[in-house]
Amino acid sequence: MEIDKVPQDEGITAGITREIQYAVDENGKYVKTFSKGWEPKNIVNELAWDDIHDNMNDANEKILAGKASPIMFFMAKNQMNVALLAEYVEIPKWRVKRHLKPRGFKKLKQEQLANYAKVLGITVDELLNYKPKK
Amino acid sequence: MDIPCDHKKTNYKHMKLDFEHIPAGHCENGVISSLLKYHGLNLSEAMIFGIGSGYFFAYMPFVKVNGIPLASFRPVPGMIFARAAKRLGIKMKKQTFRGQPKRAMDELDRVLEKKLPVGVQAGVFHLSYFPPAYRFHFNAHNMTVYGKEGDTYFISDPVMEYPTTLTYDELKKVRFAKGPLSPNGKMYYPIEIPKEIDLKSAIHKGIKQTADWMLTIPVPLFGVKGIRYLSRRMRNWPKKLGPKKAAAYLAQMVRMLEEIGTGGAGFRFIYAAFLQEVAEIMQDQRYFELSKEMTKIGDKWRTFSSLAAKTCKGRSSDPDGYNTVANLMLEIADDEEKFFIELKKLIN
Repeated sequence: MEIDKVPQDEGITAGITREIQYAVDENGKYVKTFSKGWEPKNIVNELAWDDIHDNMNDANEKILAGKASPIMFFMAKNQMNVALLAEYVEIPKWRVKRHLKPRGFKKLKQEQLANYAKVLGITVDELLNYKPKK
Repeated sequence: MDIPCDHKKTNYKHMKLDFEHIPAGHCENGVISSLLKYHGLNLSEAMIFGIGSGYFFAYMPFVKVNGIPLASFRPVPGMIFARAAKRLGIKMKKQTFRGQPKRAMDELDRVLEKKLPVGVQAGVFHLSYFPPAYRFHFNAHNMTVYGKEGDTYFISDPVMEYPTTLTYDELKKVRFAKGPLSPNGKMYYPIEIPKEIDLKSAIHKGIKQTADWMLTIPVPLFGVKGIRYLSRRMRNWPKKLGPKKAAAYLAQMVRMLEEIGTGGAGFRFIYAAFLQEVAEIMQDQRYFELSKEMTKIGDKWRTFSSLAAKTCKGRSSDPDGYNTVANLMLEIADDEEKFFIELKKLIN
């Protein structure tokens, strides 16, 4: 790629950083240059986030239907699956699965709730009082 | 530099090494390149990448990341770095601290105090300064820690434009990210750099392995065979997976090619830059000519990304979009095959 063709499409890194792009300068020599971004990258990044948002919406539907606890939503928001969440809270997977159900969630002690809240980046109140919008 | 000591809480109050932040295309090579530079050995990121045989292709349908088969344009994390160090005769001290975050941080402080910048592996999900759009559970990121003031660590992250900082707790958290490829507090720094380096021999070894891995691995998932294999599979995605999942699969390919840390076109441009340096070191113009071919290959991968992104965006189940990029991949596989056959001739 020639240096004057390095795309500068603002997007996912706007205002935070620019990425290094290797390109050929006017003398045919490779140089490192900065790129503000590239539209195809913005598109595929957005797609990855769409999937995360889909998971969050699915969790919300389950919570509204009384089939899942609020942990399900925050797990999706933190891009986690049961295995990863279990690793972070240091609880066996089968127990995390129980806590994802409303019945298991109700039985959680304050200490366990605090553990979940910390890992999920929220307060215990936020976890307990979470209600999806209809 | 004068290091005032406070032995009570932390070992020192202020310590910032004279470390040059060099933005790079790829974190692993960038960290190694700037660590070596600090110790007086000037090798570019591209040179480390070439010597460490960073160029690769692998498609592993049975390894899934977030439910999507893994396509990779580089070998597994840590490998480029290990190979480059070995071929250059550099000794690195590597440590991990499974389940011992406090010890991992203490050891980091201890090494910093010896005025040595330290490479650390980190997860990016909790990396506060990272662009939010890139904060996924990816654990094989690398950065250099080059000093400390009170609770704050000075960080040189090669994929960031400027040097940055993390607090003690933030750094501890990212060094102990969980999930696949978890860093377990991994840290590393050079302890022995030979006075005389046989660069030509290291370059030869690097090139030879890259060519061999691209051309001769007898499993159809790797090298140019892997590209052809994926091309075949890709044609069936819309029919087999439905529009949504097919788009997710294709998008993942583009992310591996272009997302933060490849220098563009799945490391192909970094390799072209490496070949230009080789041309100078070897005093051999033929490497320069092959660099131009590599640039063309990189440009084709960029076209692939551009077309693939368009197909993903529409989430169309029309097989035409998938066939177009699959055809392009076949063309690229032929180009890469021809390229490495030519390159191999130069080193034999």
